Amino acid sequence: MDLSLSTRTVGDRTVVEVGGEIDVYTAPKLREQLVELVNDGSFHLVVDMEGVDFLDSTGLGVLVGGLKRVRAHEGSLRLVCNQERILKIFRITGLTKVFPIHTSVDEAVAATD
Amino acid sequence: MATVELRFSALPEHVRTARLVAAAVARRAGVDEAVLDEVRLAVGEACTRAVGLHRSSGVSAPVHVSLIEEEKQFSIEVGDEAPHTVPGDKASGAAGEAEVDSEEDDMGLAVISGLVDDMEVSAGENGGLIRMSWPTTPPTAVLT
Repeated sequence: MDLSLSTRTVGDRTVVEVGGEIDVYTAPKLREQLVELVNDGSFHLVVDMEGVDFLDSTGLGVLVGGLKRVRAHEGSLRLVCNQERILKIFRITGLTKVFPIHTSVDEAVAATD
Repeated sequence: MATVELRFSALPEHVRTARLVAAAVARRAGVDEAVLDEVRLAVGEACTRAVGLHRSSGVSAPVHVSLIEEEKQFSIEVGDEAPHTVPGDKASGAAGEAEVDSEEDDMGLAVISGLVDDMEVSAGENGGLIRMSWPTTPPTAVLT
């Protein structure tokens, strides 16, 4: 399965809905999408990972890269994820301390701090 | 001899194939269903690392994966043929991209070591090898 990406705006947030597998082959597409959003002035991103079947360290690297970019503009990058197998990867790499992870897009969009 | 051996050109698009094959062979070997996600992720990380090493050092040889069914365990070996240098040995001029690559490389290893209790990493001038093992449960009666 390939990677699917779609974006929509909710208030001042941009929600990026990701589906499929994020790995060494597909991660560059996600990176391009995040870079493009930041270049276009979207600095408050919500990455919805509910449709993600697979995530590896390359994908984590892209998300960390996205976080660095939005932070350079005092922005934010929040994740939406309820899948245990995906959450586990964030836990073993210590990235749960780096990313705010929410259980729903509504919660992520409403979050302020 | 390994149960299944796989050689693939060091291209990112083939890593998924290696993951799928490894998970299928692991399932047949009796690795617990609950652990298959970990096998898939760990072999993907090891192959991603090998592909990155081959590409960054211009090695045209394929990446080698051995899936080995043993009596009470299932092992996967991912071998690369890239010359390994000691961290910090890199030429200082090659900063930037090289640094990012090295960070991602480290993250891959961090994920593997977080996932797999039984793993060994060895490296030398002629390449490196990551060996990972998982316990298997005795096969149940096969229906004929």
